[in-house]
Amino acid sequence: MNNAVLSIHDVHKSFAGLHALSNINLDIRESESHAIIGPNGAGKSTLLNVCVGRLAPTRGTVLFDGTELTGKHPFEINQLGVARVFQTPEIFEDLTVIENVMIPMFSRRDRSFGLNIHSRFDEQTEIQSESVQVLADLGLGDHLAHLTNSLSRGDKRRLELAMCLVQHPKLLLLDEPTAGMARADTNATIELLKRIKATGITIVIIEHDMHVVFSLADRITVLAGGTIIAQGTPDEIKGNPKVVEAYLGEETV
Amino acid sequence: MFGISKINDIMLLVAFAAIILAGPIILEPIGASYPDLLQKFAIFGIFAIGFNILFGLTGYLSFGHAAFLGVGSYAAVWSFKLLSMNAIPAIAIAVVLSGLFALAIGYVSLRRAGIYFSILTLAFAQMSYNLAYSVLTPITNGETGLRVLRTDPRYLDVMFGADVGAAQPTTNFFGIEMTGWPGFYFCGIVLIAAFAFSIVIFRSPFGMTLRAIKSNQNRMGYTGFNSRPYLMSAFIISGMYAGLAGSLLAVTDPLAGAERMQWTASGEVVLMTILGGAGTLLGPVLGAGIIKYFENIFSAFNESVLNSLFEFMPEDVRHVVVEVAGLFVGDGWHLTLGVLFMIVVIFLPGGLMEGAMRVLRIKHSPKVTNIGKSPQRDIVGEGAIEENLDDRVRTAPARSKPTG
Repeated sequence: MNNAVLSIHDVHKSFAGLHALSNINLDIRESESHAIIGPNGAGKSTLLNVCVGRLAPTRGTVLFDGTELTGKHPFEINQLGVARVFQTPEIFEDLTVIENVMIPMFSRRDRSFGLNIHSRFDEQTEIQSESVQVLADLGLGDHLAHLTNSLSRGDKRRLELAMCLVQHPKLLLLDEPTAGMARADTNATIELLKRIKATGITIVIIEHDMHVVFSLADRITVLAGGTIIAQGTPDEIKGNPKVVEAYLGEETV
Repeated sequence: MFGISKINDIMLLVAFAAIILAGPIILEPIGASYPDLLQKFAIFGIFAIGFNILFGLTGYLSFGHAAFLGVGSYAAVWSFKLLSMNAIPAIAIAVVLSGLFALAIGYVSLRRAGIYFSILTLAFAQMSYNLAYSVLTPITNGETGLRVLRTDPRYLDVMFGADVGAAQPTTNFFGIEMTGWPGFYFCGIVLIAAFAFSIVIFRSPFGMTLRAIKSNQNRMGYTGFNSRPYLMSAFIISGMYAGLAGSLLAVTDPLAGAERMQWTASGEVVLMTILGGAGTLLGPVLGAGIIKYFENIFSAFNESVLNSLFEFMPEDVRHVVVEVAGLFVGDGWHLTLGVLFMIVVIFLPGGLMEGAMRVLRIKHSPKVTNIGKSPQRDIVGEGAIEENLDDRVRTAPARSKPTG
């Protein structure tokens, strides 16, 4: 409890009478990889949206590093150290790949608004070299000057991840980072996420692909119908009959 | 890596300055080489450059920018009346006041985006226009327009011992009268400075942030940016540009009327920017020049000019040709402009700058699919991107050599 980076306490969220989330209590421990799984409509993305300030919970609190997140704008939550990758990549389509990565770095450097017109963006050598390094690391080194709308879907996902990583977040939220990827790409992403995990960043991952979940997660939370039905280590979850019934069962039958 | 560099931008600025200053000679063959028209080219060029900082970079389409133009003009004329006939205090006051006006309008309008933002700015501009004719008549002098009188106090001029009230006053820049060619060169130099500042903004981290806001405001939030102050700054800077243009209108002709604030004037600057190429550096100036050229030169063509133009044709054919061509000139110049605008929007959504890039066969200029979705690249920058790619191709084999 003490080393919880993110603690979600008694969170409810309803949309016009539909209970998307009810009575969610969840602690994400420091440096762990925590997977949230569950069938479609279980409330996984809603939970993530509540955490980043996109949605306000109907009831309950979300604490990040001891700071209350409910009622804060997404940009304030990001400044506290929470970065998010979306199910469909949210990147700057009209900017080049390297510009996409420089923007989050400007945000990291200039915490508050400044009319930053005394320098040229093509002469920010420090920011550039770090951007180039991160992009090369994620295999995007050949696309630096390309507009992002020419990238493949997998590359867009990697780019979005790079945009999050250059901010050095404390908590990284991943919404289905391998959805729609070919097996080889998925495996590459798993390796990449393992490397990120090794740096000590706390990761919360929503994922349907059990191969990804079991290769990465330290702990797993299973959502169904807006409530938590099970929680534990991968081995515990594998053997839990409730989970098999609610989720894994669907696929095996 | 970015396809731009300081050297390229300086070259662009020098070339731009040379073309503006040589404008009277360059435009001689197309009959546009007289100071009144060239002043308008420069002034509306400034207006469009400023508008482009808002629309081209952030994608926020303001339909009320003429209001700032009007505020600038009124402020300048009041400065002529109360302070001095010198252009400098007039310009300074106009820029500051239009900036404050933009702060107030932006504070309200920027709460909404897209069409709602456009409607809000339009509403504000129309409100200003109507108020200028009604409630604000003591400030604007209503339909007559605000003009400089011999009997105005001009405290600063009096303080410096100028002979006030002796003759009909004329605007000046420390003794140089701001009419005719000196007036054009004054506006031209301000235009060059305005262009230089827009280069600075386009190439700064601030400019890149604005482009990112246009591209994906949602992501900006999850990247830790509060977009509002950035949009506010862009809106205010762009309003100040409009105020500067408005004050120059008053400097070259010290008379301010409310028709300057009408929605058609706001629409005109939108046309200028899109015609030239929104989000490009040169496009807005080009668009402003073309529209003002059509307005002043094409509208002056009449049947006798056409007749002499098509003199080589047989009588009957000439009659038909003149009849048809007559629809597009004189009062029909709007028709020509409309057709040109439609052609540009349909075939070159990136404006004439996109066309220029295609003509110059620059391969890597990204295709523009939507108005306002311009890639913010200019000819000079594009050339640089190509060079970089060539470098990479040349060095690539060396890098991929097996190392053992």
